[in-house]
Amino acid sequence: MKPILQIENLQTHFFTKAGVAKAVDGVSFDINAGEVVGLVGESGSGKSITGFSVMGLVDAPGRIVGGRIMFKGADIAAMSPQELQSLRGNRISMIFQDPMMTLNPVLRVETQMVEAIKAHDSTISKSEARVRARDALGLVGISAPEERMRAYPHQFSGGMRQRVSIAIAMLNRPDLIIADEPTTALDVTIQGQVIHEMQRLCEVTKTALLWITHDLAVVAGIADRICVMYAGRVVEQGPIASTISQPLHPYTRGLMGSVPSQNRRGQPLQQIDGMVPSLLNLPVGCAFQNRCSMVSDKCLSETPGPTDVGGKRLVRCVNVGQEQAS
Amino acid sequence: MKPILTVSNLSKDFIKPLDLIAKFLNKVGQDNKEEVVHAVDDVSFTVQRGEIVGIVGESGCGKSTLGRMVAGILSPTNGSVEFDSAQTKTSDLPQALQTQMIFQDPFSSLNPRKRVIDIITEAPIFHGLIARKQKNEFAAEMLQRVGLDPDTLQRYPHQFSGGQRQRIGIARALAVSPELLVCDESIAALDVSIQAQIINLFVQLRDEFTLTYLFISHDIGVIEHISDRVIVMYLGRIVETAPISSFLQTPNHPYTKALLAGVPRLEVGKREYEPVSGEIPSPLAPPTGCHFHPRCPFAIEKCQREAPVLRELSAGHFSACHLNDEAQS
Repeated sequence: MKPILQIENLQTHFFTKAGVAKAVDGVSFDINAGEVVGLVGESGSGKSITGFSVMGLVDAPGRIVGGRIMFKGADIAAMSPQELQSLRGNRISMIFQDPMMTLNPVLRVETQMVEAIKAHDSTISKSEARVRARDALGLVGISAPEERMRAYPHQFSGGMRQRVSIAIAMLNRPDLIIADEPTTALDVTIQGQVIHEMQRLCEVTKTALLWITHDLAVVAGIADRICVMYAGRVVEQGPIASTISQPLHPYTRGLMGSVPSQNRRGQPLQQIDGMVPSLLNLPVGCAFQNRCSMVSDKCLSETPGPTDVGGKRLVRCVNVGQEQAS
Repeated sequence: MKPILTVSNLSKDFIKPLDLIAKFLNKVGQDNKEEVVHAVDDVSFTVQRGEIVGIVGESGCGKSTLGRMVAGILSPTNGSVEFDSAQTKTSDLPQALQTQMIFQDPFSSLNPRKRVIDIITEAPIFHGLIARKQKNEFAAEMLQRVGLDPDTLQRYPHQFSGGQRQRIGIARALAVSPELLVCDESIAALDVSIQAQIINLFVQLRDEFTLTYLFISHDIGVIEHISDRVIVMYLGRIVETAPISSFLQTPNHPYTKALLAGVPRLEVGKREYEPVSGEIPSPLAPPTGCHFHPRCPFAIEKCQREAPVLRELSAGHFSACHLNDEAQS
């Protein structure tokens, strides 16, 4: 089966006065239909910019300078703004972290939803669109959708608002949803509800999902595959179970060690010393060199390429490739 | 041993005053009432010296208000916060200095126009803990204590990253050698790898200076890792408090169980989420009886009528749930 989205060597750079920030520098991964891929990284790792690039939402001074984003066989990076517009909110949709900022505060939820349907289907009548909008709200677990549709966004609670934006994202039955930190602003019990809805919907409609987050534990619970990003590159990717149980890249290992878990109570957490390097001024060689515990001379001179370590896993580390060879 | 901190029957109400129109309508015979939020409702607990007590709960449960009252930033409507000054290192200091607070946002909690050295030394100089001449050495020592380079003393907060700024906030709190630190979501705004650094720093400081912590967080993973005892709050009330081992092994209150079940965990891997239904009710109109009953899968008729009280189940493990009474009778 052909993947629904293929990102090949994507490069999105920001041309600032201080220099060129390589926010995304050579990212490649695929998403199949019905698959959930978790894109994990710390702030500034380029995970959100990767999502924005796929949506064609990168603003100046940022630009996609290289690579291809193949969506169902067509290159998004080469599309005209009109073509992109017909894709966005229709075949690909996005869910953002803060639903208060993505919903229009002065329009009723109903108006916003009907608008989204009519934008991509000019033949549909308003009443038909309304019925579809109502059904979508019911689908994400909003009780009494008929009445709730007439409400304004501020009349919903945070979790409800996020459900509304999920409903809007699902309206045109997209092939791919990009969710950028969709549960970060929510409470634990509400986060559980939203994840539950997303899991169910993606299973039923076979929608592919790209889940962008900094929270490894959430990804571990929902994703089929995981991509770990650091300083604009995917340093490790693979199936969720084997990657979580046996992380190979020192950064992934460090990240997992930083997450408090019941098994290690009372012991100090493994910490990654130092901080993420400035994207304007990345070191030569591996970007993780100044924080890595296994750093060698080779790391200072050589930029590691993705090494296939078997089991559909790719790792960008000089040392991992060697272990495998010897 | 006597606890170092005793909080008894602490309550805080926030009152929304009537607006002009409502006042006018009251004059002509209508009866508009002021809206009252019981942010913290009759909360009592004690903390031993050197203990880390975690307070968990979702947004709006009153955990931050509670922390602010303990730190003396908010004055309580009712009840008291008592500090046992006989146990402290420097008992002649005012109580306000014994408790320091570390805030969530390291960007807005530091004055952007002050140099690090002034941020750290302002309070101890004002209270006469150090002489102005000692300023430099003192600040350098404080920075080293929290793992920052003393050469950065003359810099401004914007020249530091989030994690480093949080360390400056901790150094500022430690500068008056407090006994109790109230950490209100102190690591929530930081990246995962930086979070681990700060958590380790907290634990290390506790061991070094026998500090006592009130650690407020919505992140149960972090609370589990760091606390000796956990307090679970829901809509202004304590629903369960337990030593960490029984909190993890035998959680009693249905809300605690739901919270623990909802925590995403690395070691569990892919799974189906079975969420608690419903939303957190508005604190303006909390449900009658047990606040949790509309969302509770085990609610009985009594839960709607009567608010349950905290009852001891095992040593130090208290839970406020009617189901425990049923099981006993």
